[in-house]
Order: sequence, then structure tokens, then C-alpha cells
Amino acid sequence: MLKIDNLQATVAEKPILKGLSLTINPGEIHAIMGPNGAGKSTLGYTLGGRPGYEVTGGSVDFGGQDLLELEPHERAAAGLFLGFQYPVEIPGVSFVQFLREAANAQRKGRGEEPLTGGEFLKLAKEKAGLLKLDMDMLKRPVNVGFSGGEKKRAEMVQMGILDPKLAILDETDSGLDIDALRVCGEGINAIMRAPDKAVLLITHYQRLLDYVKPDFVHVLAGGRIVKSGGADLALQLEEEGYEAVVHEGAA
Amino acid sequence: MTVQLTLPTRRDENFRYSDIDALRTVWPIERERIVVAEGREDARQIVETGEGATARHLVIRLEKGARMDLRVLSAGPAYGRIAIDVTLAEGAGFTLGAAQLATGAETLEIVTEVTHDGKNATSAQIVRTVLAGHSTGTYLGRIAVARGADGTDAEQSVRAMLLERTATANARPELEIYADDVKAAHGCAVGELDAQGLFYLMSRGLPPADAKRLMLQAFIAEAFAGAPGEEALSEAALARLEQIL
Repeated sequence: MLKIDNLQATVAEKPILKGLSLTINPGEIHAIMGPNGAGKSTLGYTLGGRPGYEVTGGSVDFGGQDLLELEPHERAAAGLFLGFQYPVEIPGVSFVQFLREAANAQRKGRGEEPLTGGEFLKLAKEKAGLLKLDMDMLKRPVNVGFSGGEKKRAEMVQMGILDPKLAILDETDSGLDIDALRVCGEGINAIMRAPDKAVLLITHYQRLLDYVKPDFVHVLAGGRIVKSGGADLALQLEEEGYEAVVHEGAA
Repeated sequence: MTVQLTLPTRRDENFRYSDIDALRTVWPIERERIVVAEGREDARQIVETGEGATARHLVIRLEKGARMDLRVLSAGPAYGRIAIDVTLAEGAGFTLGAAQLATGAETLEIVTEVTHDGKNATSAQIVRTVLAGHSTGTYLGRIAVARGADGTDAEQSVRAMLLERTATANARPELEIYADDVKAAHGCAVGELDAQGLFYLMSRGLPPADAKRLMLQAFIAEAFAGAPGEEALSEAALARLEQIL
């Protein structure tokens, strides 16, 4: 589904990703862990196409398309969802208005019929329920006045509505209390755990992985994946710390 | 007050950013006088969506306890000037919500002079300007509070959004206060669309023009919130926005 080959990227002319390779197949959940400054968020933004994140080498194939050639909205229409570590507040624009337009823009890009107002609201209500988010909150301006936990749950509601093939979730667990962590974890499983979908979780901690069990865990350090393993690698990291494991990987 | 017959120059503060050549074609500007009688309410709209140069000058007097809700949409003229002089007697209330949308080499301006002449009168002005291309958008707003007009509450909120760096926004709020007990809040800001917000919307599948349009719709909406003709004004503004983007 996603094949990243020797990806190199710079931010403000500073090299951050230095030859990162990773293959994600349908049905798989991957977790990328790593110390601060390793390039985890840069990977997410680069795959999402954020302006300012410049690809200087390598390639990314997403379902047979050259992902790096696509504009951010085309990447979304192709089935990519980027969950933000810090969801952006947009005063005056309501979630329902923007999400309906976004969902229909994606459908149009894929040559599908748009959702009617009624169909959209039904879908939104169902996904909000799944994430235990009050539907009334989706009538409010995007993320404005939302708590950290509400923002992250709203990200998952958006993911549910947009129904992507691949979700890249950047620190979805940060800023969440224990209950919200469980709700988000269950939401990710309900929405994305399917034979034709895949997830890339970017996280610092093992705790989200208790709820969303990864098939593969990778350690990102210095802009490269230095070690890969199964779910037990996350536990080893939690126990021994990044430094020990990174050194072991470098050796 | 008589009609000013001599064409102003840019040395005249109230015409400092005007397109004088275009102004010449509509000069002199006839003053439109409106009086709202004691205790009465009036609501009006000025919608300028034609392409030709236009200049209006409203002179409004609000008697004791009278109210006026005025909404302005200036979106289309090559040169569009709307001057509004308002005098408020005791307890009167004035609301102005205005949006200016320009592109190309268009020059749009709103020039207000709000005089609080009696006690406890309130005025609120919200002006939102969106500028593309090489257009110019100006707001000159003077608030004068007369001696003894205590309990005045005068508010100005002026924001301009530049879609391109080649556009120009001018904003000059002015306060002249001779009373003691006065609340006068004013804010002016010129900016660009939030790049993070745009990327967020695009990452959800909105094409760039739609993402911008959505954010600008929200920006303009503040000028028309609560207006009797809110929906029609918003639709007319949207039509122009789609042309500009």
C-alpha cells in the first residue's frame, strides 16, 4: 500500500529525514517510535505534503501512485489521512460544514456521487458516537475551545467520516487522559482495523499500543529507521529506553 | 452642510488613498440624508456589486433612543467609496457591518465619522476587507465623543486580509474624546490567511481554492452576523469571493 524508499527531506534547509525506508501492506498496523527530534513528525508532514517540508531524495509509492507528485488534497482523495499532533483551530468554520465539503471533494476526486446533507449528518453522528463526542460539538468552529482530548477525538471522528485507506496518526495519544486514550484506541481499531486498510502510528509511548496492537514497531533515530521488530520491541523500548536500543541497532 | 464642489486631492486626509481619476468621474458626491426619529429603528443595506465607479455619502442622524443597523457590501466596483457620517443623540445605537472585496486594480474605501453627541449612545463598526491582485482597500474611521456624552460605548473592529502581497490595505482608526466616562474599543489588523489552517483543511481533501474560500467566508461572516438580510449578503459576498480566488 505504501512503499517509502530512501526518503530524504529537509525543513528550513536542515536535513531531517536521511534515507528512510518503510513498506506498509494492507491490513497492517505499524508504529514508529523514537526520541524527540528523530524526525517522526517530519515523516508525517512530508507524507501529508505540508508546505515547507521539502523532499530532496527518495520515493514514496502509495497504491501505485507517486505520492510526492500529489497536492495535499489529492493525497487525501487517494485515501491518505493525516492525524495532527496539534489539530489547528479555525474560527468561524464549523466541523460539519468543512467535513461535508471535504468528504464530497474527495468523493468528486474519485468520481463518486456527493453525500446529501442528511446522509452526511447520519454518518457524522455515527462516527461521533463511536468516539463518544457530542454531536453538537461538530456544529462548533473547528477545534476552537476544544480541550486537548476533544481535539484528538475530533481527529478520529474526521478519520471515521473520511474513511481513508491509510491513516498516519501523529502522536494521537499526546494530551489524552486514560479514558480518552482508550476511546481513541478503540476508535482507531473500529475504523481502521480492516484487511484493506493500514495505519502508521507515530508515538513516543507504549501506552497507545496497549489498545492498538501493532504488527510492526520501528525505531526512528537520526532520520532513519534503525531497528524494526514486532509488538515486543515497544515493550523493550519502554523498559530500556531509546538510547540503549538505538545503540544496539547501530552496532 | 453643502455639497463640496471642488474635486479633492490626495492631500485631503479623507481622500488620501482614493483613486482620484475615478473619483472625478462620479464627482460631486450628493449627500444622502437619513434621519431616524426618536425611539424608531431602521435597517438598511448598501450593496455595490456593479463594475463601474461609485461613490456614496450617507449623512445619518439618530435621534434620542433611535437605532440603525447598516450593512455594506462593496464587491465589484473598479472604484467604490462609501462615506458614512453618523450623529447619535442620547441613548441611540448604530451598527455598521461592512465587507469590501477587491481584486485587479480596484480601489475600495469606507470612510466613517461617528459622532456621539448625547449620553449613553452605542456604536459598533465591524469592517472586513479581502484584497487580491493589486487592489487597495481602505478604512478611515473617526469616532468623536462630544463633551458631556458620558456613558458612550464606541467599538471599531477592522481587519483586512491580503491574498497576495501585491495588494494594499490601509486602516486608520481615529478617536477624539471630550467626555470622561467613555468606553472605546478599537482593533485594526492586516494579515494573510493562516497557512497552518489552510494545510489542515487541504489535508482533509479540500482543494486550495475551496479551503481559502471557506476561511474567507468565515472572515466576512462577522460583518453580516445578525443582519436582517444576512443570508442574501453572505451569498452575494460568496459569489464575489469565488471570482476573486
